[in-house]
Amino acid sequence: MLLRHTPKEINERRALTINPAKTCQPIGAMYAALGVHGCLPHSHGSQGCCAYHRSALTRHYKEPISAGTSSFTEGASVFGGQANLLQAIDNMFTVYEPEVVAVHTTCLSETIGDDLPQIIDKAGKDGKIPAGKHVIYANTPSYVGSHVTGFSNMVKGMARMAESGGHKNGKVNVIPGWVEPADMEEIKRLAGLIGVGIILFPDTSGILNGPLSGEFKMFPEGGVTIEQLKSAGDSIGTLALGEWCSADAARYLDTNNKVPCRVLDIPIGLKATDRFVDALRIIAGVSVPEEVTHERGQLVDMISDMHQYFYHKTVALAGDPDQLIALTEFLVSIDMWPIHIVSGTPGKAFVGRIKELTADLPCQVNVKSDRNADMFLLHQWIKQQPVDLLIGNSYLKYISRDEDIPLVRWGFPILDRVGHQYFPTVGYKGGLRLLEKILTAILDRKDRDDTEQAFELVM
Amino acid sequence: MRKIAIYGKGGIGKSTTTQNTVAGLAEMGKKIMVVGCDPKADSTRLLLGGLAQKSVLDTLREEGEDVELEDIRRSGFMETWCVESGGPEPGVGCAGRGIITSINMLESLGAYEESEGLDYAFYDVLGDVVCGGFAMPIRDGKAQEIYIVCSGEMMAMYAANNICKGIRKYAESGGVRLGGLICNSRNVDNESEMIQELAKKIGTQMIYFVPRDNDVQRAEINRQTVIEWNPEAPQAQHYRNLAKAIDENQMFVIPNPLEIEELEQLLLNYGLMAA
Repeated sequence: MLLRHTPKEINERRALTINPAKTCQPIGAMYAALGVHGCLPHSHGSQGCCAYHRSALTRHYKEPISAGTSSFTEGASVFGGQANLLQAIDNMFTVYEPEVVAVHTTCLSETIGDDLPQIIDKAGKDGKIPAGKHVIYANTPSYVGSHVTGFSNMVKGMARMAESGGHKNGKVNVIPGWVEPADMEEIKRLAGLIGVGIILFPDTSGILNGPLSGEFKMFPEGGVTIEQLKSAGDSIGTLALGEWCSADAARYLDTNNKVPCRVLDIPIGLKATDRFVDALRIIAGVSVPEEVTHERGQLVDMISDMHQYFYHKTVALAGDPDQLIALTEFLVSIDMWPIHIVSGTPGKAFVGRIKELTADLPCQVNVKSDRNADMFLLHQWIKQQPVDLLIGNSYLKYISRDEDIPLVRWGFPILDRVGHQYFPTVGYKGGLRLLEKILTAILDRKDRDDTEQAFELVM
Repeated sequence: MRKIAIYGKGGIGKSTTTQNTVAGLAEMGKKIMVVGCDPKADSTRLLLGGLAQKSVLDTLREEGEDVELEDIRRSGFMETWCVESGGPEPGVGCAGRGIITSINMLESLGAYEESEGLDYAFYDVLGDVVCGGFAMPIRDGKAQEIYIVCSGEMMAMYAANNICKGIRKYAESGGVRLGGLICNSRNVDNESEMIQELAKKIGTQMIYFVPRDNDVQRAEINRQTVIEWNPEAPQAQHYRNLAKAIDENQMFVIPNPLEIEELEQLLLNYGLMAA
């Protein structure tokens, strides 16, 4: 009972967060940056920040994560980090030869007020950025928002690369949001099947789920290229998947490059995927191809075949807003009841959206998204009203163990299982995989708990 | 919209000069927002008639991150918008970060949007540019023009020269330019000539010489700008002239701050001339 001190009674807390359902902004910025081809992320701050952010990503993706740091000392904190960053940019381009360096700030450099655009401009004027190479940036103070905010900020940094050449390129920008490399691959596959040419950014497929070939490549094949990012200003439109992760960049392109945008949910589950496929179909001016309809049919088939096991099962969720919104819709659509939902990423709109999606459930739904919306609160809710299933990241395993509730690992970070890098949960195929995982968890538990009389061979 | 930042040594009269000038511009029919970037939160007192303004950071502290524009912005003299950034109590926290936070917040709330119809945004910034936070108003894309309030006193000129060093750093990479020195007279000998000479050496102009007049203090006691308190006062006309000079200003430069020896020589020359 590792969490035996968690009391059932909920007292109002103001200052204290226990087991937060979020992490640092730069982790999101670093993950997003890895979705650019030949990109070396750079952490403008002290070394400890960079080490933590790299290891957090390595633990989840099981891949080495390279990143530079400005290695702030006491001196840099007093005099500002300009000298360190200029030197770092010079060193990185000289030693590692990346195409792009993606600089993000840390709490320290934000607080002392380092002005990234000014420093990067100086680096350019001082000749520290070789011709044809680029530096993008994002401001990522961790005391604002969460890792989701950092991701969004760096994606917006990519959007700033866009140029408007006057000629439309006939493509659609798709901003996938914080999804797994396998999910990004799946989004590209779906768009390909429907026949829409897309510019996907960021795109970590091939970078964070690559093969072991015996040869180390600091910059693996894959990722959106600078040419593609520049061309994003000439696209016919942008589909942003997820309000929290992708909408800022899409709106930036809308305002600055006159590329009209539409914000959709991440295509997780039947309805959200339907909307995504429909949006692509309308852009391409085609009817949905047979292959995609076939996959959809398979998902509908599994939902109806196994409906009795989903029916009125209660679920507790922890994770990030875009993902939780899509997942909640999916669960409700198959007659499961998500009744406790927390996200450490602030935003009142999230609570509103979840309440909308769960309005027809005949039970009370607890939902909270701010800095006090932590795993501790989720645990207390569960003690008040137990659930049949937990869905969320690896940190939920403590609640799972103490309360003896099965856990489906989904979201970020997953530190103790594999598969998320390789098998998507977006699209119809992804829906099938998510359902399979949910069903396996539910049926394994049923097999374990059933009496000898009720124990069934066929389920 | 023109975005203007006012800098200068502490106590030189930045807030008083800014608010009186803003009153002059408002009289000309301009729509203005004044953003006080001083933890003391006293940059809009005269425009608001002494009303205690709830600062951006107070609002943030009490109401969390879901703040509305109407919570932090109040309408003052002739419908000028007044905002106080605010900050921590003396001796704790980080005032510079406070300024970064509140300017970011104003931007994200759309205070500078075209739909707001602003002609001017004024940033009234605390004393010297002591850390990165206090340079926030002159980062690229923020204020494009800077005026430094100074007087013929040595320390005020030192401070003005120092501020020019900060401006030059940002001007070289961004669009920010020095618009001139505003001399807020302390009745120093040869004051006007000395500041004109300083301005020339820095590469800018003395955009206006505001004479010393106790009407300013009288108006302040009444929590008003001179223009509001007594529109007929000669000092009111001086502020109108300053407002006009700023409105018509065409001279925007990257300053060349002086070496300390050069600055001291300047003081010596003009001081000796008086003696």
